[in-house]
Amino acid sequence: MPATTEMGSGRDRRGASRRESGGQARGPASARPRRELPLAARVLLGLLLLALFCALALAVLSLPSPAPGLSAAVAARLDESGVSHPVTAVLLNFRAYDTLLELTVLLLALIGTWSVGTAHGCAGSPPGPLLRQLPRLLVPLMVLVAGYLLWAGAHAPGGAFQAGSLLGGIGILLCLSGRPLPRWAQGWPVRLLALAGVTVFAALGAGAGALPGGALLAWPPGWAKALILAVELAAMLSIGAILAALFAGGRP
Amino acid sequence: MRWDPGGLDWTLAVVFLPLAGALLCFLVPRRAAPVGLGAAVLTAAATFGLTLAVLADGVQRTALGGWAAPLGILWRADELSVALMAMTATVGVAVSFYAGAYFRDEHTERAFFWPLWLLLWMALNALFLSADLFNLYVTLELVGFAAASLTALGGNAAALAGAVRYLMVSVLGSLSYLLGVALVYHACGTVDITLAATRMGDAPGAAMHAATGAIIAGLLLKTALFPLHFWLPPAHGSAPAPVSALLSALVIKASFYLLLRLWLDMLGGGRWLAELLGVLGAAAVIWGSLLALRQTRLKLLIAYSTVAQVGYLFIAFPLSLAGNGAAWTGALYLALAHGLAKAAMFMSAGSLIRFGGHDRFAELDRPVPRLPLTLTAFTLAGVSIMGLPPSGGFIGKWLLLESAFRQGRYGLAAVVLLGGVLAAAYVFKVVGHAFTPGPREHRGLRVPAVMEWSALLLAVGAILLGLGLPLLRPLLQVGPESSGAGSAAAVGAWG
Amino acid sequence: MMDLLWTQAVFWALVGIALLVIGLYALIVHAHLLRKVLALNIMSSGVFVLFIALARRAPREAAGGADAPAQVVPAPPDPVPQAMVLTGIVVAVAATGLLLALIVRLRSVAGRTTLDNRADD
Repeated sequence: MPATTEMGSGRDRRGASRRESGGQARGPASARPRRELPLAARVLLGLLLLALFCALALAVLSLPSPAPGLSAAVAARLDESGVSHPVTAVLLNFRAYDTLLELTVLLLALIGTWSVGTAHGCAGSPPGPLLRQLPRLLVPLMVLVAGYLLWAGAHAPGGAFQAGSLLGGIGILLCLSGRPLPRWAQGWPVRLLALAGVTVFAALGAGAGALPGGALLAWPPGWAKALILAVELAAMLSIGAILAALFAGGRP
Repeated sequence: MRWDPGGLDWTLAVVFLPLAGALLCFLVPRRAAPVGLGAAVLTAAATFGLTLAVLADGVQRTALGGWAAPLGILWRADELSVALMAMTATVGVAVSFYAGAYFRDEHTERAFFWPLWLLLWMALNALFLSADLFNLYVTLELVGFAAASLTALGGNAAALAGAVRYLMVSVLGSLSYLLGVALVYHACGTVDITLAATRMGDAPGAAMHAATGAIIAGLLLKTALFPLHFWLPPAHGSAPAPVSALLSALVIKASFYLLLRLWLDMLGGGRWLAELLGVLGAAAVIWGSLLALRQTRLKLLIAYSTVAQVGYLFIAFPLSLAGNGAAWTGALYLALAHGLAKAAMFMSAGSLIRFGGHDRFAELDRPVPRLPLTLTAFTLAGVSIMGLPPSGGFIGKWLLLESAFRQGRYGLAAVVLLGGVLAAAYVFKVVGHAFTPGPREHRGLRVPAVMEWSALLLAVGAILLGLGLPLLRPLLQVGPESSGAGSAAAVGAWG
Repeated sequence: MMDLLWTQAVFWALVGIALLVIGLYALIVHAHLLRKVLALNIMSSGVFVLFIALARRAPREAAGGADAPAQVVPAPPDPVPQAMVLTGIVVAVAATGLLLALIVRLRSVAGRTTLDNRADD
């Protein structure tokens, strides 16, 4: 059972008010400040959640078998999609609009983070010798693996998001090892990089809709592979930049 | 460029125009305000174009990527979605002009308000258009993130705490919704709303009940129905005024729209669930109105009023069980009127705050002779909130009352009437103080004319909405989707 | 073979539900915002595990000859839930990033890392 001091991690000893908010989701809100949720309430909550677990478990057990699903539908159209891995085909062709919105979500999180405050230095303490030298060894390797993941996404698990995460990791590693972003890159270059994924995706998608006989986000069959690769490249760079910038925690 | 002169270009425009505007505003923050205003005006124009197209040609369907459901994602622009998009556009344009003046002197907030607001608008339009359950999840998250970031723009502790709570609630609600979607997919093999509706009858009952419960619980949390409303007053009350207007007028309606849409098209009208929603709605009306009466800060009062008004929307659920759509039309009328009126109220509150430096309305010093337009806007908006003729609020409540009396549901009718009386109490409380001098004389800062006029125009709009009933009725005829004929016709080469 | 697959799928689905429920408990009980964020992450993981686990269930009947009995062969897992969960993971990461930025800023402005009860009714 969590102890009463769980709310203080030492850092907020400065705060004047130690009143905690007992519930921030379910459960009745009380006007009186409480130090912690009383034992009776916790037990009741535990019982309710146990009931929830049983209800959901029953629901899952009642699901039909053999399972209805879209594997067959995807497999039937896979060769028109331009890639040979079904998950990539779903992500970047059949349900490409979802991916566009997902990139927008990431960008939105970045804009929100930047609107809140400026970046605090990411290295909490000066990096030791190992951390200072590590990027020299790892970063070229990570770039290589990211490029491979991007390329491999067409026929194996991989693709823009995985590669982008790796690039984000590079950004974090550089930040932690005391090599922050140089001044010249802090203005519109970072913004451009962050926007690149959504912009390229939306532009190509709208352009595909403008073609005669085309529909929005419909890649013409001959061009599908190239278009998907272009979109994934831009997305990879964007995702890497955004993840690293989210780690920095604020606008430069 | 060859555009298909049908639904494709308008639906594309209402989603891609605000997106492009947001990207530009983010890229060039110094020019964010003019670019943002331009994008807002263009998006509103595209929305009205889409409205006219739907009124003329009927439902517009688009298969994104050319793939028909269940493989791909469908857009469906019908009367219901277009009505809400039109409200979003109206409120959006007014708030955009208001915000241009409100943030004139705050460089950082101005630079970030525009991309966040335009992305919120894009997310709202994407939500109103989408006919795919998982796609709706992503749009719900988009809306939540944008709204929470906008709430935090104030920068002070209350705004930040409100934003943190709001974002957590939003994520929790979306998670519950996603759980329901997962169960629906694994039971029915599709996430397209129309297809899932046809397959849900054959799906196992336990899974479908759990899915319905999860989806509705998540959306109720996001719509702040009593008792899940705890997050709304701090968030709406401490955000900057234009943001509060957007949150109360538009964002709340998005999750309500989704709930209504899924209720009508897919989840069905379970009797006890509808009754439960009605009871919670009635409780929300009473509770929210009573708490609004107790407030001393104007923005908190208006926020609690939103809690109450949301309750009216849910009273329509049990009233609709009888079958005719009058109760739904009433709820939608209330939703539209509330959007305009509540935005006008928050904008007036913002003008008063700019004038007096605070929003404790009892202490404001004679705002009426010095801000006549603002107080007129507030009063007119209050007329709609109270439900006095000829405002949109009156029409909505009238339709609800008519439906209640016809079915003999006198309890619900009494709640609707009581809510009107309580609303009158808290509106007149504010207006009364507006005529009197405050405890100390105060010179009052100048309020830009744009701010006053945009609030006034929206408030007048809420009143005119009532007069426009014959025009709006075709837009608001709501019922289960009549074309149950399987998957939608795809507009595309490889449908 | 089909039963083993189904059992595996249901087992992991139950694990996902357990994560969801444990995360929900932690979300409600703990006051420190960082713990709430972690609880939300655990809940998200739970939903994703549930979503994906059930995607393993699809067996496929291979076409036998005219007289041969149809063989049931395990099909590759359903790609659509996998794509959806990929999307969901990115959304969860974005949410966490934004939440943490807000919490850090709240702490620097107000000096606390809990939500105040003041505005509750």
